[in-house]
Amino acid sequence: MSSCLKYVSCRQHMTTEGNFWSKKIEISVSEAEKRTGRNAMNMQETYTAYLIETRSVEPSDGQSVLTDSLWRRYSEFELLRNYLLVFYPHIVVPPLPEKRAEFVWHKLSADNMDPDFVERRRIGLENFLLRVASHSVLSEDKIFYLFLTQENNWKETVNETGFQLKADSRLKALNATFRVKNPDKRFTELKHYGDELQSVISHLLRVRARVADRLYGVYKVHGNYGRVFSEWSAIEKEMGDGLQSAGHHMDVYAASIDDILEEEEHYADQLKEYLFYAEALRAVCRKHELMQYDLEMAAQDLASKKQQCEELATGTVRTFSLKGMTSKLFGQETPEQREARIKVLEEQISEGEEQLKCKNLEGREFVKAAWADIERFKEQKNHDLKEALISYAVMQISMCKKGIQVWTNAKECFSKM
Amino acid sequence: MSAGGVGTPKSLPSSGPKSLQDMPHPLAGPSSEDIAGGELTPSPDLQLPRSIADKDLSLPNGGTPAGTSSPASSSSLLNRLQLDDDLDGETRDLFVTVEDPKKHVCTMETYITYRVTTKTSRIEFDLPEYSIRRRYQDFDWLRNKLEESQPTHLIPPLPEKFVVKGVVDRFSEEFVETRRKALDKFLKRIADHPVLSFNEHFNVFLTAKDLNAYKKQGMALLSKVGESVKYVTGGYKLRSRPLEFAAMGEYLDTFALKLGTIDRIAQRIIKEEVEYLVELREYGPVYSTWGGLEMELEEPLEGVSACIGNCCTALEDLTDDMTEDFLPVLREYILYSESMKNVLKKRDQVQGEYEAKLEAIALKKEERPKVPAEVEKCQDRVECFNADLKADMERWQNNKRQDFRQLLMGMADKNIQYYEKCLTAWESIIPLLQEKQETK
Repeated sequence: MSSCLKYVSCRQHMTTEGNFWSKKIEISVSEAEKRTGRNAMNMQETYTAYLIETRSVEPSDGQSVLTDSLWRRYSEFELLRNYLLVFYPHIVVPPLPEKRAEFVWHKLSADNMDPDFVERRRIGLENFLLRVASHSVLSEDKIFYLFLTQENNWKETVNETGFQLKADSRLKALNATFRVKNPDKRFTELKHYGDELQSVISHLLRVRARVADRLYGVYKVHGNYGRVFSEWSAIEKEMGDGLQSAGHHMDVYAASIDDILEEEEHYADQLKEYLFYAEALRAVCRKHELMQYDLEMAAQDLASKKQQCEELATGTVRTFSLKGMTSKLFGQETPEQREARIKVLEEQISEGEEQLKCKNLEGREFVKAAWADIERFKEQKNHDLKEALISYAVMQISMCKKGIQVWTNAKECFSKM
Repeated sequence: MSAGGVGTPKSLPSSGPKSLQDMPHPLAGPSSEDIAGGELTPSPDLQLPRSIADKDLSLPNGGTPAGTSSPASSSSLLNRLQLDDDLDGETRDLFVTVEDPKKHVCTMETYITYRVTTKTSRIEFDLPEYSIRRRYQDFDWLRNKLEESQPTHLIPPLPEKFVVKGVVDRFSEEFVETRRKALDKFLKRIADHPVLSFNEHFNVFLTAKDLNAYKKQGMALLSKVGESVKYVTGGYKLRSRPLEFAAMGEYLDTFALKLGTIDRIAQRIIKEEVEYLVELREYGPVYSTWGGLEMELEEPLEGVSACIGNCCTALEDLTDDMTEDFLPVLREYILYSESMKNVLKKRDQVQGEYEAKLEAIALKKEERPKVPAEVEKCQDRVECFNADLKADMERWQNNKRQDFRQLLMGMADKNIQYYEKCLTAWESIIPLLQEKQETK
């Protein structure tokens, strides 16, 4: 089944007319392959590689031509995303499919090598690339372009950007969250929303997995009717045929649940995408808090320097300082010394004011750009989730219709008893 | 059907339903296509007195398609009725219902009574209508009396006396209703039976204002046909069961086994469905919680939540129905086959007694070859038993087929209704989900 159909909405936004592509492109993650190789510690490992194919679409006739084709593994996708997170902190960066199978109901394998898991991951990776490719800002990134086109040495190229050094430390970010005084209210609310969204979707996925488990049990037990009706029909005369054929329908009923639940996994994957998107939202908010905190610290530092300067100039000591104490105890400094100090401070103040202006500007730009992307994200989210709910309802309707069909058939068999 | 002679204990004459087809039984309800009721082949060699029972069983006109029948059982009563009553097979003249359960709280105990209403045109009843109240132990008494007085017939089962399952409330609406239905079925089966419905105890059960007084009397006012013929058999061992009864026995064994399996499967399904319901009950509200976080998605999410809620209700209806209507009928039939196997065993004993006595006669070479009356009585008993049992078995097979057909169709129906309710719920929210929302 074409994986492209899974995220229909994404396809619509897929025009990419940035610097690197002259025409519209189509991206697909078309295959997955098990490979063995040597890892960083020279130990043998097994991993899955995914084939990424890029096609350019002729605007005149809509024909697509294969332009690039290369293999990537999951860790390379991760590298790409981490790079994007650092260089585009104001963007809600699309998430990757889960690294390990979570929210698993018992029949579903939690093994990363399981073919069903690999298949669903393949679809998720394709979806990720489509989302990036359809983003007006991210699609124009060179590293992303190279990801799709340069098989060799891509990792080195990414590392050369030095993005790992630019990354903010988690500790710094956490610190900022607690100490920031005046973050933009909208970001505070958004972060709160992100937290809640994460919590509610997690809960939903957990319960859904349990529901799937139970539903599986209900259907499968009905299969036992098939066997016993068959055995019973053997001792009956007129009733035998009806019982036997009804039993067959019970077998059909029991078998039908496998396909039903497999389809439902796709719905779960759609929910998972937004679960992970919630984290991306929170990352943008954290970045804002960090920048705001940085700004506040810089302003605070500037203010204290200005005060120091003033005190030195007027000779009044308003605030307690060790320097003041020591000079009291050990004698005041010479006027020349004081002059020198004032000069240094004035330079620092001047620099500081420039920096503050810069930081202010940066901060305002960030807020503007981030909020624009957030609005885009909100619309995308509302659209996608509505589609997901509709497809879920359609699945349920299909399941009900199948149920009615089977039981109607069984009823007819019983009527012939 | 050929008439077997006396002295051939292993191949006793028996009649099938076919011989009665010319003359449909007046009491046969619309549910049975074949005719039940005992009918004996003529055994012209038998020289037994015609009035073993108190009733005069000689027929007003000698020749009937049924022929002269052995009077030693209540089946000859049947023959009399065949001539007197309307020949239309659909005519019924006895209707019984069990309804209106009520709780009675007394100092010593609390119990439930049921109203038993009878409508009849039979002359055996003084009035055309009766309405009295009975409790479970009265039904139990009736059944015991019927087993005693009609040992050659299959007596329908009663719902279980004691409730084994953990925490079942004897006075809950569901339990009482399930029991009422079973008691109603019990009385209807008896009322439809061409022989049992004329039983004196049954009559008293349906009519007497004070049943306890009657019970205390011990002996019925009018001794019944079967009771005077004591079936006290002292542990006679049968050499081998005749083929047709052996087949019956085997059938009942397998039948009960399969029903037991079906019962376990049905219980397991209900259990799984209940556990599924528990999870669904947690699942639905989460969508609602989510809706609370959202703006544009609030209504769609609320819609999904409500939809799941409707499915929960539908599922609850399904599991309740299966528990109340499906399982009890299965269990009834398991009980039925158990009691039927006991009747088969009794039959074996009666035949065993006859064979033993016959053997004893054969050994005593010096006796006159005339077969003593006692042995002939035995043979007669065996023949009647076989005939009654065969006829009841035919009737039972038919009713069983109808009952199971209805039961299983009902089960399919309930499942269809469940899915239809869910389908309606989900279909109704599609427009809600697709609707374009004005940005708030």
